[in-house]
Amino acid sequence: MNRNANKAWLYLLPAIVLLGAFLIYPLVDVLIYSVEEGYNFASQTYTGVGGYNYLYVLHDPYFLQALKNTFILVIITVPLSTGIALVISTGLSSIRPLRQLYQTIYFLPYVTNTLAVGLVFMILFQRTEYTDGLVNLMLGWFGAGPVDFINGPYWAKMFVLCFYTIWVVLPFKILVLTSALASVNPDYYRAARVDGTSRTRIFFRITLPMISPMLVYLVITGFIGAFKAYGDAVALFGTDLNAAGMNTIVGYVYDMLYGDSGGYPSYASAAAIVLFAIVLTITCINLLVSRKQYRD
Amino acid sequence: MNVKLQNLTKRFPARGKRAKQEVHAVRELSFEVPDGMLVGLLGPSGCGKTTTLNMICGLETPSEGRIFFGEEDVTDLPPELRGVGMVFQNYALYPHLTVMQNILFPLQNLKGAQRLSSQEMRRRAMEAAQLVQIEELLDRRPKELSGGQQQRVAIARALVKMPRVLLLDEPLSNLDARLRLQTREEICKIQKKTGITTLFVTHDQEEAMSISDRIVVMRAGVLMQQGVPQQVYDDPANLFVAKFLGTPPINVFAASVRGERLFLGESPVLEVPGAADQEVWAGIRPEGLVPQADGPMACQLHRVEAMGRDVSIVCRHPACQADTLRAMIGSVHQVDPASAEVRFALRPEKVFLFNKEDETRIPFAAARKGEDGAQ
Repeated sequence: MNRNANKAWLYLLPAIVLLGAFLIYPLVDVLIYSVEEGYNFASQTYTGVGGYNYLYVLHDPYFLQALKNTFILVIITVPLSTGIALVISTGLSSIRPLRQLYQTIYFLPYVTNTLAVGLVFMILFQRTEYTDGLVNLMLGWFGAGPVDFINGPYWAKMFVLCFYTIWVVLPFKILVLTSALASVNPDYYRAARVDGTSRTRIFFRITLPMISPMLVYLVITGFIGAFKAYGDAVALFGTDLNAAGMNTIVGYVYDMLYGDSGGYPSYASAAAIVLFAIVLTITCINLLVSRKQYRD
Repeated sequence: MNVKLQNLTKRFPARGKRAKQEVHAVRELSFEVPDGMLVGLLGPSGCGKTTTLNMICGLETPSEGRIFFGEEDVTDLPPELRGVGMVFQNYALYPHLTVMQNILFPLQNLKGAQRLSSQEMRRRAMEAAQLVQIEELLDRRPKELSGGQQQRVAIARALVKMPRVLLLDEPLSNLDARLRLQTREEICKIQKKTGITTLFVTHDQEEAMSISDRIVVMRAGVLMQQGVPQQVYDDPANLFVAKFLGTPPINVFAASVRGERLFLGESPVLEVPGAADQEVWAGIRPEGLVPQADGPMACQLHRVEAMGRDVSIVCRHPACQADTLRAMIGSVHQVDPASAEVRFALRPEKVFLFNKEDETRIPFAAARKGEDGAQ
């Protein structure tokens, strides 16, 4: 029995070592950093232990801006992208000809590099000396004035960021939902047809509940992913996100560590812990809601 | 409400690159399900039974032919306007809904003038549930039910709209042997109680024979024979039907008719008045072989299986198409298992002759019982 247990630990060792070194240790370390006050990067000393770092971060206007940006991004992109993906994949699963082709096209953004996609968005939205960007050109056709999407008003920049995020996360969601839809036993639809069920009722009473586990999965991972947004903002607005007013929480953490205003691992850690707490709370709420719904 | 199929044909487009021929799932099928009867649609798998059922139900449109419910031509009506209830092979109960919600589902689809009050819906659902005796399961989910219970829920869901016709696709194939016996009686009982015209599909001849008022035998999309089960069994139209019905199956021999006598090999075994001289397939039902010391048909005894009520004798005969042939005899007959040979007399009403080319039945005037000494 004991020998068996030893053996089991031996087999678990590689995973434990790796997880410990790269997951548990950093997590604990971040927690420790976040409570060390007046930490000096060069001398590796600190003056005391307490909640000052958190107080500082929570009162930092840049952090509050990042928090606001992230929340807006999450609240807009997660429901919208999931909804759009649902519409597209429902459409995809009900057409026969060229389905493979459409699926490939919809999946392309997923295999494209973030920065390359950012470049495309530049062409769409960036104003240069020669042009106002493709979108502004089209806006012009409808008589709407040119909007500076990259350096202009806050709502325009937020629109571009949300648009971009949705566009990037869409393919994966479509992929998951199309396969979820394909796995629904067609006999349910046949049974519903015999009973004269309307299309909307079939969709809401049969299709949706059948794929709801996948929807829940997408919403949860979508929330987590959107809270961790950073690269997308950089691709669009450059590295100085604070100046653009488009920083995200992860961006703030990065800036605090390595940015121009960087060198403050304590503040960065505190911000990271705040993000961790938010994501954990939201995920727990998500799970509770979905489980309750599933039981009813 | 009788259901009438008229020259029903269903073609499916060819699949794959090589296949150019379209597939005929059902060909020129015509039969009638008389009002209030339980009819079994019987055939080997892939013979177009389910396609036929789907066309009656309205899930598939026939390529040619018409379907009538009573006087009404329903060929172009969608399923919900035909007034059919369908029970699927895997029951297709919605897994996220309770039994009650499943039964209510068809009623909630009704619109306009047909719409019922929620009280009336519940009353109707309860009625259907009582009919199949699942009142105590109403709050469960399908996955918490046994196969037999799921089947009953599926039947209740099909019946709750009070359909004109009830269709069942392989209703017993997902049940274990014991439950199958019980459920088929249950289906029969429910059908008799409601008096609803019912058509069910099966590949199990015993199942079809035991509960149907009529059976319809199909093969490769073509109607082979229809009629009262016993009648079809006693009077098969062709070799296929003779082989398909009956357990143990009929024994088939390569035989010949010479001078109105049936020869197995070189030995005459039966008088067949009225049959012309030719090579034939001779089908002899297991119960048509009667052991008799001086019987005309000699077989090599292989083994004797006592099954209580009956005794089954397995033996060999050179003309037999299968490896062994089987005779079912009452246990009053004594056969010595040690003997090498057993001789049989034939009961002429259990012997069928078939054309060697097209396998159709060759009639002969069977001698009246007792005349050949087989009784």
